[in-house]
Amino acid sequence: MKTILFLLEKEFKQIFRNKALLPMLFGMPLIQLIVLPLAADYEIKNINIAVVDHDRSAFSSRLTHKIDATGYFRLTGFMDSYREGDRMIALDEADLVLEIPAKFENTLQREGVERLFLAVNAINGTKANVGASYLSRIIGDFSEELNQEKRNKGASAPSSQIIVTSSNWFNPHMNYKFFMVPGILAFLVTMIGGYMSALNIVKEKEIGTIEQINVSPIRKHHFIIGKLVPFWVIGMVVFSIGQLVVSRYIYHIIPVGSLLLLYAYLALYLVAILGFGLLVSTYTDTQQQAMSVAFFFVMIFLLMSGLFTSIDSMPEWAKVIAYLNPVTYFIEVMRGVVLKGSNWVDLQNHFLIMALFAVFFNSWALFNYRKSS
Amino acid sequence: MTNTISIRANGLTKKFGTFVATDHITFEVYAGEIFGFLGANGAGKTTAMRMLCGLLEPTSGEASVAGYDVYREAESIKKNIGYMSQKFSLYEDLTIQENIRFFGGIYGLSYEGIRQKGNQLLADLGLQSKAKALVGDLPLGWKQKLAFSVAVLHDPKIVFLDEPTGGVDPVTRRQFWDLIYQAAARGVTIFVTTHYMDEAEYCDRVSVMVDGRMDALDSPQNLKEQFGVNSIEEVFYRLARGAQRAD
Repeated sequence: MKTILFLLEKEFKQIFRNKALLPMLFGMPLIQLIVLPLAADYEIKNINIAVVDHDRSAFSSRLTHKIDATGYFRLTGFMDSYREGDRMIALDEADLVLEIPAKFENTLQREGVERLFLAVNAINGTKANVGASYLSRIIGDFSEELNQEKRNKGASAPSSQIIVTSSNWFNPHMNYKFFMVPGILAFLVTMIGGYMSALNIVKEKEIGTIEQINVSPIRKHHFIIGKLVPFWVIGMVVFSIGQLVVSRYIYHIIPVGSLLLLYAYLALYLVAILGFGLLVSTYTDTQQQAMSVAFFFVMIFLLMSGLFTSIDSMPEWAKVIAYLNPVTYFIEVMRGVVLKGSNWVDLQNHFLIMALFAVFFNSWALFNYRKSS
Repeated sequence: MTNTISIRANGLTKKFGTFVATDHITFEVYAGEIFGFLGANGAGKTTAMRMLCGLLEPTSGEASVAGYDVYREAESIKKNIGYMSQKFSLYEDLTIQENIRFFGGIYGLSYEGIRQKGNQLLADLGLQSKAKALVGDLPLGWKQKLAFSVAVLHDPKIVFLDEPTGGVDPVTRRQFWDLIYQAAARGVTIFVTTHYMDEAEYCDRVSVMVDGRMDALDSPQNLKEQFGVNSIEEVFYRLARGAQRAD
């Protein structure tokens, strides 16, 4: 027990003396937590649209106004020849060009049907396509408005309409930050637990001090505990700053569920992910190797955790990987507790699965650690 | 020098696949002796030393260190030995005092013991004023002297030194050997590998490893007489010239 205290004392001194590591442990995660959610926003805004209006009627200017007023579009051009619109796409000044044909108002009033032409700049395909679908909805809305007006004037019977309404549960304002912040925080804790711990252990191999430890009477499990406990504590501290300060005061996210439950899960999760870091360190001899190996897995952990993309919409084989990924469960728990107020009963399985991960990674790492020296 | 046996190896062998790193070496080292362990790179010195320190399990043969068996009692061996590797073995990002505290602590010294022995060590090396300096900021020669002193801080019965003076200037090497003599005078057995033949002359007995075998073992004087040469360096050349393995 006294040995562990000496080990912990040494580790904390080394960590807090490391001018490169300290900002990586505390500064970078918090900067990422502040910057990433603002950038990782699925809501597409500022779509540049050019309107080619051959009609110049009351209807066409009403439609243009309506598009402008949504706030999603930025009217970057208003012209009367399609050639100019084409040029704006070529110069990347417009993501979309909407062409309103001549006699738009007339035809619409006379025949009730009119075609609009929409050109999409597919270079930034996502933005333009999302813009196109927004736009279709706005136009549908507009035609509904016109129908309504017709009906009010007592004109002929309205054509039947299918109305699609959607509402967003748990994130009523569809604020992506609510969705992203808990997920990113979960990921940052993963980086500290899985990445930094592996580097730290391998560093002793690289500079040769591990030999000195191995010829001493230190038991292997004491050494491992001495290495992992500091990162467990740091993981807890970084999480607390992220959850109780950054989320709370910058994003105004107050967990709906129990903070205690969240911390209980974090405590278990860190044991599992530190086991992963230890495992990486047993298979590598230099920090560079450890970094490459850890980076490979961390990328998979990140992209296949449901952080950015929904697991439900992944292909079957990818779902299998996603559910073999410990980060997936932690992100689910984070979002569940913070946004939905999930309780112990809802999360029992998640606790069980994470306990299995913890046992799996740590026993494999311990087995391999023994064998290698 | 008493004749108590400190290290005993009998047919000690280590194979890596078909490669025989250490080939049936048999020798005894007496308590308080300075035992030189010579050999070209790749001759099997480090492998033999690692087996004796309990870092590597032998393939066959017997060995005991400080009376403990290397197969069954490696943990007891570790309590009774000090070790200083060719790579620098203190923590460069800790101060001198912190290193002393850490290594004293993991060998089970009490806080009071660490304080007393630490102060004594600093006084012996004349490093009191540098106690709070990072080890990484010290010149190499100082680091090596400090590493040795830390390796014997817990009063081990035997200390293993693996090329301790590599890259160190001649004056500092001489000072380093003064530390070795002082430790030997206290009864610590010194097991040292080196490439410096002048250092071999300082040893009580010298062994020469060639291709995993121990081809010679005697006092420097006897070896020189046996080979009819004037220096250990020439003894070494005679033996190592026939080596098949080289790096």
